Amino acid sequence: MQAAATRSIATEMTYREAVREALRDALRRDKRVFLMGEDVGRYGGCYAVSHGLLAEFGPERIRDTPLSESGFTGAGIGAAMAGMRPIVELMTVNFSLLALDQILNTAASVRHMSGNQFGVPLVIRMATGAGRQLAAQHSHSLEGWYAHIPGIKVLAPATLEDARGMLWTALQEPDPVLIFENVMLYNMTGPITADAGAVDIGKAAVRRAGKDVSLITYGGSLWKTLEAATALASEGIEAEVIDLRSLRPLDDATIMQSIAKTRRAVVVDEGWRSGSLSAEVGMRIVEQAFWELDAPIGRVCSEEVPIPYPRHLENAAIPQAPKIIAAAKAVLARR
Amino acid sequence: MSTSSDKPHLTRDHLMDLLRHMIRIRRFEDKCAELYQQEKIRGFLHLYDGEEAIAAGVIPVLEKRDRIVATYREHGHALVRGVPMTTLMAEMYGKQEGCSRGRGGSMHLFDRATNFHGGNAIVGGGLPLAVGLALADHMQGNELVVACFFGEGAVAEGEFHESLNLAALWGLPVLFVCENNLYAMGTALAISESETDISRKAASYKITSESVDGMDVVAVEAAARRAVHAVRETHKPYFLECRTYRLRAHSMFDPQLYRDKTEVESRRKSEPIARLRQWLETNHMVHPEEVARIEAQIDAEIAEAVAFAEAGTWEPVEQLTRFTYADAVAPAANR
Repeated sequence: MQAAATRSIATEMTYREAVREALRDALRRDKRVFLMGEDVGRYGGCYAVSHGLLAEFGPERIRDTPLSESGFTGAGIGAAMAGMRPIVELMTVNFSLLALDQILNTAASVRHMSGNQFGVPLVIRMATGAGRQLAAQHSHSLEGWYAHIPGIKVLAPATLEDARGMLWTALQEPDPVLIFENVMLYNMTGPITADAGAVDIGKAAVRRAGKDVSLITYGGSLWKTLEAATALASEGIEAEVIDLRSLRPLDDATIMQSIAKTRRAVVVDEGWRSGSLSAEVGMRIVEQAFWELDAPIGRVCSEEVPIPYPRHLENAAIPQAPKIIAAAKAVLARR
Repeated sequence: MSTSSDKPHLTRDHLMDLLRHMIRIRRFEDKCAELYQQEKIRGFLHLYDGEEAIAAGVIPVLEKRDRIVATYREHGHALVRGVPMTTLMAEMYGKQEGCSRGRGGSMHLFDRATNFHGGNAIVGGGLPLAVGLALADHMQGNELVVACFFGEGAVAEGEFHESLNLAALWGLPVLFVCENNLYAMGTALAISESETDISRKAASYKITSESVDGMDVVAVEAAARRAVHAVRETHKPYFLECRTYRLRAHSMFDPQLYRDKTEVESRRKSEPIARLRQWLETNHMVHPEEVARIEAQIDAEIAEAVAFAEAGTWEPVEQLTRFTYADAVAPAANR
């Protein structure tokens, strides 16, 4: 951080603005890049991410679409195949299911199925997660499902730097990349240097170093996990917090290095528990670091219900700091 | 208004070319059916018997730079487009010398050299792709035509409607070719569509549309010339419904419980090859010996293709996951 401060002065910015800056930068740097999705232009983006871009880049490159998720996602695939670098925005992960056919059966399959003749250098962005009282059809966290699919990459930027920097790197990929932006992060404010730019998308990051337990998470849950780690520290428990950043591929090495040090793990995942990404992470730890473990692996996931509307029930349905603290203490056999 | 290129060429040589295309498809597929019985070809095998006039009538009208998106019943399209019969047959066998490296098989023929963007086995799945290819070409200033083939079954899919709307809305040069063979697998058009006049659906999106006897190759070609000319001149989509009939089972697993044998027999009388041949013979434009000579040439080509496929090699299992992502990505990271 000190080095960054000398490179450039940090300014306050929201996560939303960081994504917007990433889009603006990509649109300026590469003529092949265009943004396409529902209400990205005149409305300014469902979450106001693309506000102002229409005026700067025009309707060809900030392309409002009809409510045809499969149609315009497929169009993004075709455009990518024919030399463009489209960024498709799907309003939320729930709506992305209407485009799942195109994402799975075409985008993820074409390179292998065509014997490497055609690739799909497409970026698909979408909002994910609960917390805005939007109930059961706008609040789910299905990024773990997407991480199941070979042929695509799945990213979950949790910090301003990643919101600003992952997009450009994703656009350089020869294959489809999905970027999940947690809805609760859009208003998050923090300092970011004016020269912040592309970041690596292959590695997990240790967001807090610790020796007693590894808390492994991503996306919106990162901040709750860091909050839990701070609380644990006040009780003398030093938790290490790992931000996966990339859900596919997973950076096993960073996870296992942490386990080798702490010998205990809790996975925090806003997806439902059964068949979740947390299950995948836990099983990899069992496969690769079983003998390092001093305790069974813990998990904090969403409760297995459709996300409800009332705030108290919504809060109870998804991971929160107290649950993470309790899970960490449980694997440390402390109360 | 019209140029010479949109007029049919009813010269003898040209008609013989059309006949040759259709015979070549028919005999290739007859051989495939035989090889299927011998278990050289496995999986699904969807034959084009009765529908050859469409690929033969439309595809030669396209230019080399134009693009094609096809379905899982696409052997004929690939052959007429110029995908070598050798690599096509090797693909049917699943050999790595196949046009898709053997990974796709009958339903997923791809060939970058001829802008053949694949057999798509998701009904309707190719339409958004065609729209996207055309969008990229439009944005890059490439004035070419994307020909998208699909069956009437696709008309019931949302992707059909989404794609027609997008193509019309954005003014994209897509030639939609509906191969209406009256049955979506075993479901007759009349029991799956409230409006069975398919061209009217396209017209409702303000797309110029016409219907043609899809078993009359001369009529198909004349319509295709009008259509391709219109797309090139206007840069707008065009919809061509070719009314045809599938004379064989849907796939090799289909006992055809849904239609009467007499129906198939009566339709056989209007099949496109015999129809053109009879017309040519009646008008003393072809000698039966000439047809026999063409057949012999094609049989020699087929024998060569079979020998090529037989001599082909199996992709080493070590390469199983190769090209799930582009090679630049370390395969170990994607486990």
